[in-house]
Amino acid sequence: MALTVKTFGSMSEAAAALASDRTARFISGGTLLMRAINEGDTSIGTLVRSTDTGYRQIRSDPSRVEIGAGARMVDILANRDLAFLHPAARIVGGPAVRAMATVGGNLFAGSPYGDFTTALLALDATVSIQAAYGGAQQMPLEQFLQSRDRSSGLVTAVTVSRPASPDAFRFRKVSRVKPKGVSVLSIAAHLPATGGRLSNARVAYGAMAPTPIRARAVERALEGRSLDAAGIAPALAAAAEGTTPATDALASAWYRREVLPVHLRRVLLGETG
Amino acid sequence: MAKTPVQFRLNGSDKAVFVDGGENLLNVLRRGVGDMSAKYGCGQGTCGVCTVLVDGEPQLACLTLAETCAGRSVDTALGLSDGPNLHPLQTAFMEHFAAQCGFCTSGMLMAAKALLDRNASPTREEVAEAISGNICRCTGYEPIINAIMDAAAKRGGGSNREQGHARV
Ligand SMILES: Cc1cc2nc3c(=O)[nH]c(=O)nc-3n(C[C@H](O)[C@H](O)[C@H](O)COP(=O)(O)OP(=O)(O)OC[C@H]3O[C@@H](n4cnc5c(N)ncnc54)[C@H](O)[C@@H]3O)c2cc1C
Ligand code: FES
Ligand code: FES
Repeated sequence: MALTVKTFGSMSEAAAALASDRTARFISGGTLLMRAINEGDTSIGTLVRSTDTGYRQIRSDPSRVEIGAGARMVDILANRDLAFLHPAARIVGGPAVRAMATVGGNLFAGSPYGDFTTALLALDATVSIQAAYGGAQQMPLEQFLQSRDRSSGLVTAVTVSRPASPDAFRFRKVSRVKPKGVSVLSIAAHLPATGGRLSNARVAYGAMAPTPIRARAVERALEGRSLDAAGIAPALAAAAEGTTPATDALASAWYRREVLPVHLRRVLLGETG
Repeated sequence: MAKTPVQFRLNGSDKAVFVDGGENLLNVLRRGVGDMSAKYGCGQGTCGVCTVLVDGEPQLACLTLAETCAGRSVDTALGLSDGPNLHPLQTAFMEHFAAQCGFCTSGMLMAAKALLDRNASPTREEVAEAISGNICRCTGYEPIINAIMDAAAKRGGGSNREQGHARV
């Protein structure tokens, strides 16, 4: 059964079209949606597209960066101002996936996908949403992820603050096949420190729950501590708290929990390998 | 359901086709305009045999909504050779036994072309990265990487056989 494709010049028209049709889905890069269509997902009757040029735009100033939800991983990688996000953009699929996959679509990707979103979560991102009727609204990413399955409206952009320093932001994806492989898990951490003591660290996990999540227990255990073996010991002990990973073809839930502290230690101590 | 007209350039020639709503580019290439060079493997983005270039960037045709290609340039392995003259990547693939069953080959060639068009002298790691979205079940990848390295070396190494080509 053929679908109907509707193309709009503005995000507000696209949002209205989406709201008026229960079978309509918004198509961004299409890497997940076209896959579902190829697999015969009959719940999709209409595809809504937007050719709004603002949808792909990246605007940066010295403290904050606004990334249009239609920006693809290759657009992030081509932007020197976004160097702190390059490690997270570089590991999404292979080159062809990165030339298609968008930031907006990544916010909706089910576990074990969503690596880029994990990085955004550790950077305290805000999501801008165009409601079906009426205005735009903003929401913290963490809150957005909890309600994304019920979210109507369109994501137009995400906004992040730059990390306190280049070394303060770290990202690691653990996969079995290199350079391209789906995540066993991913970890992102923003680790601002004053006088060698951490304050307001933010740590996020990908593939450790149905959506990327904050590692609150780890964040609490890092408060006021230093980034050395003794300083991070309580955080490592709390690493798996609050996680509900899946068992899938890549790893069992048990395995994911078991290796999590090892990789968290490497992230926190800046170790490679 | 109404069909939608889509015009695009395929290997430098204008094409106009009617596409079904939601149809992917791979279908349009193979069934709509009869270019069978991009293959259908998984339809899920995982195998890379459908890799083509859209405005010079590698994309998976099986996941590309055909309508997004309107007004754009699509390049496939069918457009690589210039009449009887093979593209240097094709020659290198032959010389290095980089194709066994050949099912992955057109996707590999296009992924490699995307790399060499941007980076004329890639490292081995960069080559491996460039074909990391393409699965080969036959060769063990080494002959493919060798072929791409060799094509890059010959292209950058003063050979001017490329100069007569319209599209490289
Ligand atoms: C081979 C392969 C490898 C992959 N590897 C990775 C990987 O390593 N890491 C990873 O994180 N992901 C990976 N993915 C998954 C996917 O490519 C990415 O998550 C990508 O970022 C999804 O974005 P998209 O633009 O393609 O989404 P789409 O398919 O366009 O959309 C996905 C969903 O999000 C909704 N949506 C999209 N944009 C918006 C918006 N602006 N507002 C509201 N709803 C929206 C759509 O309606 C749809 O339900 C991979 C996929 C493939 C095929
Ligand atoms: S057929 Fe397109 S990636 Fe396998
Ligand atoms: S040559 Fe057979 S899959 Fe690569």
